[in-house]
Amino acid sequence: MLIQESMRESNQATSRQLSFSKAINEALQIALAADDNVICYGLGTDDPKGIFGTTLGLQERFGNDRVFDMPLSENAMTGVAIGASLNGIRPVMCHQRLDFFLLAMDQLVNNAAKWFYMFDGQRSVPITIRLILGRGWGQGPTHSQNLQAWFAHIPGLKVVMPSSPADAKGLLLASIFDPNPVVFIEHRWLHNTIGEVPEGDARVEIGPLRIAREGGDITIVSMSYMTIEALHAANYLEERGVSCEILDLRCVNPIDWPAIFASVEKTGKLLVLDTGAQTGSIAGEIVARVAMQRMSSLTAPPARLAMPDVPEPTSFGMTAGFYIRAGDVARQVLDMLQLDRADVAVRLAEPVPHDVPGSWFTGPF
Amino acid sequence: MTPDIARQLLFGMMRIRHVEEAISARYAEQAMRCPVHLCSGQEAVSTAAGLALRRSDFAVSGHRAHGHYLGKGGDLPAMLAEIYGKKTGCAGGRGGSMHLIDESVGFMGSTAIVGNTIPVGVGLGLSIKLSGGDQVSCVFLGDGAVETGVFFESLNFAAVRKLPVLFICENNLYSVYSPLHVRQPVGRRIFELAQAIGVDAAHGDGNDVETVFGLIESAIAQIREGGGPRFLEFDTYRWREHCGPNFDNDIGYRTEQEYLKNRALEPIARQRQKLLLEGLLTDEQIASVEDSIQRETEAAFHFAIESPFPDAGDAHTRIYA
Repeated sequence: MLIQESMRESNQATSRQLSFSKAINEALQIALAADDNVICYGLGTDDPKGIFGTTLGLQERFGNDRVFDMPLSENAMTGVAIGASLNGIRPVMCHQRLDFFLLAMDQLVNNAAKWFYMFDGQRSVPITIRLILGRGWGQGPTHSQNLQAWFAHIPGLKVVMPSSPADAKGLLLASIFDPNPVVFIEHRWLHNTIGEVPEGDARVEIGPLRIAREGGDITIVSMSYMTIEALHAANYLEERGVSCEILDLRCVNPIDWPAIFASVEKTGKLLVLDTGAQTGSIAGEIVARVAMQRMSSLTAPPARLAMPDVPEPTSFGMTAGFYIRAGDVARQVLDMLQLDRADVAVRLAEPVPHDVPGSWFTGPF
Repeated sequence: MTPDIARQLLFGMMRIRHVEEAISARYAEQAMRCPVHLCSGQEAVSTAAGLALRRSDFAVSGHRAHGHYLGKGGDLPAMLAEIYGKKTGCAGGRGGSMHLIDESVGFMGSTAIVGNTIPVGVGLGLSIKLSGGDQVSCVFLGDGAVETGVFFESLNFAAVRKLPVLFICENNLYSVYSPLHVRQPVGRRIFELAQAIGVDAAHGDGNDVETVFGLIESAIAQIREGGGPRFLEFDTYRWREHCGPNFDNDIGYRTEQEYLKNRALEPIARQRQKLLLEGLLTDEQIASVEDSIQRETEAAFHFAIESPFPDAGDAHTRIYA
């Protein structure tokens, strides 16, 4: 899947085409080389597959003291990261699925998020937790949960969700060197996407969103993989004469409210896309806050498209039509603009097969 | 055991006891508006550990941390101010009794969730190993914490990476009102469990402060030489209620008889008697120390009570570094 990204920032540094996972790997290499206090660990960090290629070569280059595999102890190992960070270490933990990290909620919520506050700012916890979101290929109820709203709900955490390779690299570097605990969420369906990535220590500030596409008819706020579907939908809608402004959130805590408000003031319409279940979602928060603070700018009711409030089933049969795809986005936009749906069903049909990021993908994942 | 250390052990225990009992006496005033978990009766471990550890060593603890904090050299006025919720508290009033910290003496924090500083102490141990020094990271925990998953996970990792961590378990037989036998199988010893996980372990009488000191001192020496983690279990007893200033034998979770039997084991009277018999101290010297502890504590309470509260607006600051 090749996505041409237009970076908002004009980077002076040389850039080349890199995959999202290679961009992550490069960020880790740069961070480990730049600061001896950076360490990186997680289950499978040094295995032959290197966490979908993101940690390949790190242990060979930086040694087993700084890059290592770990026991199946997500909670304790998060506490270990916290303790180490209190004495100057900058740990990066990697988890192959977000679901596995639920075992570590005590350390993340009660300790990492609170330490700086409850000890009156004496010591912060500069840890980075990489969580990979699963989807499709029958990963089912416990390998596909998109719980970013849980993390965003906790004061004291920062929650980052890049969608482009350049942001993956730049935001991971910024996360590692941020003085606070950062939950860095990667969607598995993005790992093989390719885009321009600047060389060197090209950090991207945590907070500001990225205008992935400028437009005037409707504001689509999206995150992570949903930005890809939004871009596909926008390409089609442009042919229909609809100009979409796509705001790629990049971070779901903090959220760049001024940029969202400015776009809604321009377009008058808001659609929010979320990779998670709709109840209690980030999308719901954005719809709520725009409705409360920019009601007079809206010329149509705001809308959201998120996953249904059910666990993700495993069966190929049950996941047909289950995911929000470009066609769903286009239909929603046309409805909001009171335009007919014309040939959406034909032009943006659900891809076949529907449960992988591309037909080139043949499992096991 | 030098006479000087023997005396310091006694005086340290007397000081912690006095502070805890003074908190108990004043708690009814309703000015210390946070839960307090007093350690009266358990002073021996706090005092011995604090004396055996260097100031540069790290320590972390849980909700019953007053003794650990004071033993390690924490600031008494700042601790009391913290309990009173004052700006001058060791955590600026944001933490209260359950969240004590004094990094200047290596006390890196105590938190309120049972067991959840165990891996934090192990992480401090990892940082020591990465930097190559001979510091020790000490983790104070209770028997209840042994039942948490994070206990097993943390000891396992400390053993795998041979980290310089000293685990000190005070077994006081109760988790709130739940006795040990409903929580852990009868006959299984906590220190043997630690041993089975792969951490060298020993057990001792937590009411005999010199024994406690000896075991801790030797464990620390082994850790400093690169011997990896050590685990020590001490038998202690909680005199007062789980949370609060009172005695609670009347509510029926333990018998008066059990309480009296354990209270008679009294670590302070035992050490005082020993030192008097050995001629290392006189009643006059003890009275003089008691007097100075009382004056110090009074002054610390005065400081805490007179200190200002933080502004309400401060609640909205320091979310992020």
